[in-house]
Amino acid sequence: MKILVGIKRVIDFNVRVRVKPDGSGVDLDGAKMSINPFDEIALEEALRLREAGKASEVIVISIGPNACQQQLRTGLAMGADRAIQVDTEEKLQPLAAARVFLALVEKEQPGLVIVGKQAIDDDNSQTGQMLAALWNRPQATFASEVVLEDQVARVTREVDAGLETIEIDLPAVITTDLRLNEPRFVKLPDIMKAKRKPLEVIPLADLAITNDNKLTIDHYAPPASREKGIMVDSAEALVAELKNRGLL
Amino acid sequence: MNKILIISEHNGSELSNSTAKCVSCAIETGGSVHILVLAADAADIAAQAAALNGVDEVISINHPNYSHAMAATLAPEIAAVGADYSHVYGPSSTYGRDLMPRVAALLGVNQVADIMTVKGSRSFQRPVYAGNAIIDVSVAEEMTVVATIRLASWAAASGGNNATISSRETTAEMPTHSRFIDLKTEGGDLPDLQSAKRVISGGRGLGSEENFKIIYALASKLGAGVGASRAAVDAGYVPNDMQVGQTGKIISPDLYMAFGISGAIQHITGIKDAGTIVAINKDAEAPIFEVADIGLVGDLFTVIPEIEAAI
Ligand SMILES: Cc1cc2nc3c(=O)[nH]c(=O)nc-3n(C[C@H](O)[C@H](O)[C@H](O)COP(=O)(O)OP(=O)(O)OC[C@H]3O[C@@H](n4cnc5c(N)ncnc54)[C@H](O)[C@@H]3O)c2cc1C
Repeated sequence: MKILVGIKRVIDFNVRVRVKPDGSGVDLDGAKMSINPFDEIALEEALRLREAGKASEVIVISIGPNACQQQLRTGLAMGADRAIQVDTEEKLQPLAAARVFLALVEKEQPGLVIVGKQAIDDDNSQTGQMLAALWNRPQATFASEVVLEDQVARVTREVDAGLETIEIDLPAVITTDLRLNEPRFVKLPDIMKAKRKPLEVIPLADLAITNDNKLTIDHYAPPASREKGIMVDSAEALVAELKNRGLL
Repeated sequence: MNKILIISEHNGSELSNSTAKCVSCAIETGGSVHILVLAADAADIAAQAAALNGVDEVISINHPNYSHAMAATLAPEIAAVGADYSHVYGPSSTYGRDLMPRVAALLGVNQVADIMTVKGSRSFQRPVYAGNAIIDVSVAEEMTVVATIRLASWAAASGGNNATISSRETTAEMPTHSRFIDLKTEGGDLPDLQSAKRVISGGRGLGSEENFKIIYALASKLGAGVGASRAAVDAGYVPNDMQVGQTGKIISPDLYMAFGISGAIQHITGIKDAGTIVAINKDAEAPIFEVADIGLVGDLFTVIPEIEAAI
């Protein structure tokens, strides 16, 4: 069984994000870029399934310009067997991204597609669910545990009320939450080895997907800032201040 | 004129507060407001939905498969009903975040996630980059607006209404490839984080599950909900549904008190809408003090008993 894993190149989660003064976007100049943390977890899960003998091949996919080959190489160094870059300068919205994945699903016929539950740039949390809808297959979102038996996955999901367990027939889409696993560190020899692993570049146009019904995003603004607070020097002073403000 | 369909959230018998928040967003958007209730036994829930002010009609559909229904089961029916509407709204809870993109894809549109404010009937503001930027998003005239509503940004619509309820039959095919097994909830009797007026949170600074008891004790004294940082959840001090932040719950209590939480941006995202933020941390340089309205540098294990003594 093949597993497809989506990995998105995003600003590293440790970088402080600033909106450009002209409101045209956020300032990414020189910022450290990484694999979206949730996607790294998706890849780790796929690798563990392969290592447990439940999958035969792990393919990492990224949609974007050549720069995202850097993240694909990291994915290969982590242990993916091969990589596919769907080459485009355009930032695809989730529906188009899901259509790209569907085109690759039709080509590769995987048993599982694993992606992060959201990307930490757009925070959309849509692509996995949309792929499942277009593919007409099950989805298990926000996974914190995945158990594979034959053609069935038993997935524990982190939901507002607690932990929900569901069973889905393969092929299916799983989206990952943070507690699913802890991704491995990449070792130097693996980085060298990754250079020899196959990385296929497919121009977006070759997949002939429809890229319509886009949302118009026309302005970025910094969030409203909170007023500067005060410091108190004792628990008594804190309680007095809270009573004073009618909060206790 | 806009026709807005709200997808209700419920637990099989009770309508969630999140639906009332969606109603507020729909009223702001403008147009007629309908609520869709899909349940194994929808009558009670539909009556609760019909009581919300601003609602014009409730559509209820009963089906045994709708008990513990999953997105794959619900989405086709919602897309079929939603095709007659200009807007389809759902809550940005885990329920809505799972379901609504699936609905959007079936309707062939992108989804607007986490509406904070309505600027026009097809233009909205939403947060990106963990709330570090707010973007303006608009949806073209020919597209259905499918959206989730950011719960911390909206007050619940009030009750007292008596909207008409109509029943329908299911029309869409239901898949058999997805099955519910069980749901484990651990929250107990604590007030719900997303509607609590006061929330007391603990972080890695608590050090253990055992130590976390002092947080529960203070919370119960104050009638507060209990939250946690991701580090506290990861370390196993508390269950996952208590996580506050970018990838946990976004909350908006009147009072938020953080003990032993450093204030990582992913945590702050979840508390920005709180009325008053109080931070107790032994490190004077902790970033949480940058957003706190009231800060106290100190050891939480001595400060908590002192607070209890003072109230
Ligand atoms: C993709 C992604 C998503 C994330 N989502 C979330 C999220 O939703 N929510 C979230 O919370 N985090 C999230 N995180 C994690 C986040 O980056 C931080 O790692 C986490 O919030 C840290 O938790 P903490 O403040 O409890 O722990 P720490 O950062 O370790 O801070 C512990 C604090 O406790 C203080 N302390 C220790 N002992 C005491 C004492 N006795 N008295 C007083 N103070 C004491 C210390 O000074 C320190 O400031 C996410 C991270 C990533 C990468």
